[in-house]
Amino acid sequence: MSAKFSNGQSPVDFDHRYMGPLYNDDHRAWRATLRKFVEAEMMPHVDEWEEAGEFPRELYKKAAEIGLLGLGYPEEYGGTPVDDPMYSIVTAEELARLGAGGVNASLMVHGIGLPPVLAIGSAALKARVAPQVLAGEKIHALGITEPSGGSDVANLKTRATRDGDGYIVNGSKIFITGGMRADYYTVAVRTGGPGPKGISLLLLERDMPGFTRTPLKKQGWWSSDTAALYFDDVRVPKENLIGEENNGFIGIMLNFNKERIGLAASAVAFARVCFEDALAWARDRETFGKRLADHQVIRHKFAEMARQIAATQAYLEQCVVRVKEGETPVADLSLLKVQATLTMEFCAREAMQIMGGAGYMRGCRVERIYREVRVNAIGGGSEEIMRDLAARQLGI
Amino acid sequence: MKVLVPVKRVVDYNVKIRVKSDQTGVDLANVKMSMNPFDEIAIEEAVRLKEAGKATEVVAVSIGVAQSTETIRTALAMGADRGILVKSDETVEPLNVAKILKGIVEAEKPDLVILGKQAIDDDSNQTGQMLAALLGWAQGTFASKIEFDGDKILLTREIDGGLQTLKLNMPTIVTADLRLNEPRYASLPNIMKAKKKPIDEKTPADYGVDVKARLEVLKVTEPPQRQAGIKVESVEQLVSKLKEAGVIG
Ligand SMILES: Cc1cc2nc3c(=O)[nH]c(=O)nc-3n(C[C@H](O)[C@H](O)[C@H](O)COP(=O)(O)OP(=O)(O)OC[C@H]3O[C@@H](n4cnc5c(N)ncnc54)[C@H](O)[C@@H]3O)c2cc1C
Repeated sequence: MSAKFSNGQSPVDFDHRYMGPLYNDDHRAWRATLRKFVEAEMMPHVDEWEEAGEFPRELYKKAAEIGLLGLGYPEEYGGTPVDDPMYSIVTAEELARLGAGGVNASLMVHGIGLPPVLAIGSAALKARVAPQVLAGEKIHALGITEPSGGSDVANLKTRATRDGDGYIVNGSKIFITGGMRADYYTVAVRTGGPGPKGISLLLLERDMPGFTRTPLKKQGWWSSDTAALYFDDVRVPKENLIGEENNGFIGIMLNFNKERIGLAASAVAFARVCFEDALAWARDRETFGKRLADHQVIRHKFAEMARQIAATQAYLEQCVVRVKEGETPVADLSLLKVQATLTMEFCAREAMQIMGGAGYMRGCRVERIYREVRVNAIGGGSEEIMRDLAARQLGI
Repeated sequence: MKVLVPVKRVVDYNVKIRVKSDQTGVDLANVKMSMNPFDEIAIEEAVRLKEAGKATEVVAVSIGVAQSTETIRTALAMGADRGILVKSDETVEPLNVAKILKGIVEAEKPDLVILGKQAIDDDSNQTGQMLAALLGWAQGTFASKIEFDGDKILLTREIDGGLQTLKLNMPTIVTADLRLNEPRYASLPNIMKAKKKPIDEKTPADYGVDVKARLEVLKVTEPPQRQAGIKVESVEQLVSKLKEAGVIG
């Protein structure tokens, strides 16, 4: 089934919107698997997980079994190599239908933790870490942000000093996704002088003496275990150095472009969830003697949401085509992320407004998504930093 | 042992069906389609037989429009070995499906055919039974458990008031009920591997079957709207309302 417009149905929902030629049979098959998986293994429990502040660890194994954790990783480590960013769009969309970004953030946290190891790590390190992570047996987090700052990565302060056959690490990290339960942590440390050229990446392991963690409570993403990490004379063997000393900054930066496509795809998918839920509500609810969806003010809200979602989706797909053709359109990927989080913000607002009090109640997808807007707009490169990067790239 | 499993492409169970305004059928344009859930169960059972070393090959067959290859690919991703697409743009009625399947059985010579007990689109619940009759084979319908006893099949069916066990000679037709198993997910690595598995393309004519409809659909309409209920205040009122409705004496 190729490109066709909807048939009087919602132009922006997950199954009836315009699906261009970018989506092939394999994408559809993968979408169908994820749809079932999310509906059977996640949807029935998500409210409970959110209130409990965590989801069962077993979910990592289940996600590994269907190939979700291995998506895009080499076969030798148990992954399924797909050199096609369309898979990350399909995956982000289907996971977003859960309406609980925190589950996805922790479940898929290896997506930020593991790539630096695979990109610049030693063969021995890759062979030791990657198979366990992709099998869902070990959790792999990423620690960059510090209490003294996150956006200005090049100025991070956590120190690693040479000590015989390894390093001694002192410092702390904050807002670390998966930080409470992770087994492996890709941690950025300062091994050299100031600036980006003094940064290295080390693989820290859960049980290393002197490494402790505390949980953090958040506005949203409740089922994600976000933590502060403390390093107090933690001894790290030199085999755990990821890549070369003082060459860690590149390892951090390499993954950002790919990550941003995924973040943009999920932000616009969350916007679509908001649209869907609000539409179902407005078609059903009556006020002043007619359907809510028949009041012009409400109809215009939907039209406006649809416009922004469609524009963002088009931008996303355009960027994907360019990436598939081998380009790295940094300015556009940055602006795309901004576009996507603003669309999510707008739709969360409008959808909750349309749903009224019901939209403000817990257990409603829109209520949760509303509380997750800012983490999308701040994490993975804040809106300000994204615009700044784009402006520099554009030579403004 | 070779197992043949027919799989049908149907409107996804989550889709809200809409009747066409001219009342000739339901709207299928741009509607999400999936494998008939009972057929997923049938495939799962066949694949488990293969994993248990009992079956040597699992062949998935779909009869329908070209996009039915997607359905076959799902079966292949779940573990079937190869596929056969019998392409037809016409609606193929159960008897014609059974006739085509008979042709495939004669060509493929399977020892066991596992079908879904019915397809969730037209709920006919006829194909398996008709195929058994056309072939003159034993049949066990609505299976909730399949075991082997030497060269015979012990098949458990859920019937009113309990479980019935049939002992069937091979070759056999089995239709799968809901509780036979829980189908696995088609994992991403297996979706990729399925691309390399062969799918033969055939037409009904290859099996000498004319798919011309024998049934004429006069009209398709929405089910009647349910009347709103009322809330009763007390047991007395409940009893009197039930009497009024003639439900109790
Ligand atoms: C729930 C959650 C999970 C997270 N998970 C992780 C994780 O797993 N790993 C990890 O390393 N980090 C993680 N982070 C941290 C995240 O990456 C940082 O919060 C982000 O990079 C911003 O850093 P900061 O919070 O220190 O804000 P700051 O860098 O202090 O910035 C504060 C504000 O100032 C703006 N700003 C900063 N510099 C400029 C400038 N030059 N011009 C204009 N405006 C500027 C920013 O945009 C922001 O609005 C997570 C954060 C959250 C909220």
